[in-house]
Amino acid sequence: MFKFLLKGVFRDRHRWLFPVLIVMFTVGLLVFSFSFLEGYKQSYLRQTSRFNTGHLKVVSRAYAEMLDLKPYDLALLDIAGELQGYKARYPQLDWVERINFGALLDVPDEMGNTRVQGEVAGFAIDIFTDDSEIKRLQLDSALRSGRLPARSGEILLSTIAAEKMQIAPSDTITLMGSTVFGAMTMQNFMVSGTVEFGIASLDQGAVVVDIQDVREMLDMENAAGEILAFFKSGEYERKQAARIMQDFNQRYSDESDEFSPVMLRLEDQGSMGYILAMLDLSVLWMSIGFITVLGIVLWNAGLLNGIRRYGEFGVRLAIGESKRRVYAALLIEGLIVGTTGALIGVILGSAICIYFNRYGMDMSVYNRNSTMLSENVLYTSINAYAIIASFIPGVLSTVLGAALAGGAIFKRQTSQLFKELET
Amino acid sequence: MKKLFSLIMLMPLLVCAQNITADEIVRAVDRNMITRTSKANVRMTVHSRRASRTMEMISYSQGNDEAFSEYLSPPREKGTKMLKLGDDLWIYDPGTDRSIQISGNMLKQSVMGSDLSYEDMMEETHLLENYQAELKGEIKYDGRECWIIELKAKSSGVSYFKRKAYIDKERYVALYEEWYAKSGKLLKTIKASEVKRVSNRWYPTKMVFKDELKQGKGTEYIIDSIEIDLTLPAHIFSKAMLKK
Repeated sequence: MFKFLLKGVFRDRHRWLFPVLIVMFTVGLLVFSFSFLEGYKQSYLRQTSRFNTGHLKVVSRAYAEMLDLKPYDLALLDIAGELQGYKARYPQLDWVERINFGALLDVPDEMGNTRVQGEVAGFAIDIFTDDSEIKRLQLDSALRSGRLPARSGEILLSTIAAEKMQIAPSDTITLMGSTVFGAMTMQNFMVSGTVEFGIASLDQGAVVVDIQDVREMLDMENAAGEILAFFKSGEYERKQAARIMQDFNQRYSDESDEFSPVMLRLEDQGSMGYILAMLDLSVLWMSIGFITVLGIVLWNAGLLNGIRRYGEFGVRLAIGESKRRVYAALLIEGLIVGTTGALIGVILGSAICIYFNRYGMDMSVYNRNSTMLSENVLYTSINAYAIIASFIPGVLSTVLGAALAGGAIFKRQTSQLFKELET
Repeated sequence: MKKLFSLIMLMPLLVCAQNITADEIVRAVDRNMITRTSKANVRMTVHSRRASRTMEMISYSQGNDEAFSEYLSPPREKGTKMLKLGDDLWIYDPGTDRSIQISGNMLKQSVMGSDLSYEDMMEETHLLENYQAELKGEIKYDGRECWIIELKAKSSGVSYFKRKAYIDKERYVALYEEWYAKSGKLLKTIKASEVKRVSNRWYPTKMVFKDELKQGKGTEYIIDSIEIDLTLPAHIFSKAMLKK
């Protein structure tokens, strides 16, 4: 029976060509869209955790209230001892200290007067203890000119800011800001190189400075604005993160002390939770939307096909085939067409995804004015979910289309069929 | 003799106190507060959310346009100098040996973590140039009879769209001020106290500035000693003085 139907479908081009093409195109698009969204989500998570949130983050309770503003005047002070304790208690995590600060970058002329100045976002990391932060932030590949800081007093400047202010490697600049207690502070630095992270919000005007230099400048000895923790596996482990956070806050956080430490998960920070939920929801809505649209299109195709095959159905009913059997045959035909289209769609979609997974897509044009921490080159991420979530709607849509269109068979009267056969 | 002279000068205002207009009150305040020259030893205590910090400085001023101050303590701030010449403001940092001009958005930043911004420091004190004054009533504040004066900005160029001040009827000193944004949001409050006789003027020697958008207990500005209308050498108000 199945073989018979298979031959029937593929010997009549009108029965398979249009539906297979539609399903193939849509499933391919669905595979690509899921992979693109997953790639975007992973890129966003990766970049955001590296540069901003960590997998977990420890800040003071007062700091946590204004987390997005990164108020380093509410930083954790004298934290060295506590940090050793955290490292011992949670050995599955890598811990790093960071300070984010705002400053005025002033470039002197030959006379020492201001030649040009601009506001910059300071990003203090541990550059000299080991190379873990250099690797984490991929500073080597972000370097566009000059070299990485080799000693205290050297900084990296974003390429755009350097070009705007006509600063070259080995130029001396002054950073002016406020200490943790609000007093004005200035420090001279030498620009050792320029960097471009491919992240619009950082590339607009950031300076990367060693945390020890910044501690000295901002009067923050043994202090950190934020302590970031990363799972040693490199991947964000949601359930484990929740357990660690609960344990940490029970152990170290004191609600009555606004400067006591509090741990936050990645999704607790800013709008991260909302953004991740929206990305997950968009995948679900995309699936529902595609099934609905595809179902309607294939229903119409099925109806047209059904009208074309009125005569055939008439003969089959007239020679004694039951309506139920004709209807079942129609559904199996839908299944054959859907499976074929979906298979080709998955293969084509996957091929495109694998290409973009390897070579990436240049998204820099769209990121230019974006404040989201997403990479300029986006790599699609294909996984089993993307394939299954695209394949099933592809098959279901043709079966659904055939089921809706084939409903007309049950409304047909045998006498009417004979009349149609005569004409 | 000076006291007698100032009393004679203020007499017409005292006599006509009942019929005085808002403009006249504001002019009298300006006459009292704006000095030809001054030299003051000042302590500024910033009560931030985290800690309190006291800085000592010596300040010189000449009219409205020129001011120079040098921080004497604590050690981290010692030697920091600020120079205001008209609309320009420079800061000298001895650690880097750099003089940096403060402009643009930086003017909105806090001065040494205090509740005052550089913009507040730069503001001209002839209030009637920028504000329309209106007498809103009377109030007893801190045991003193005061007028309530409301000042509304004539143009959008000023930092604070509206100000409300309680002016001491007898001494022409603003004892309490509220500074508002155009939206009506209260931005800053200033409480003046310990009003003392200095030469022929009344001068508040303690002021508490509070940035209402910041947590903390405000900034105390205490004048330990002040000399008014003295002769100051011209070089004090020059950029060369910053690196001296």
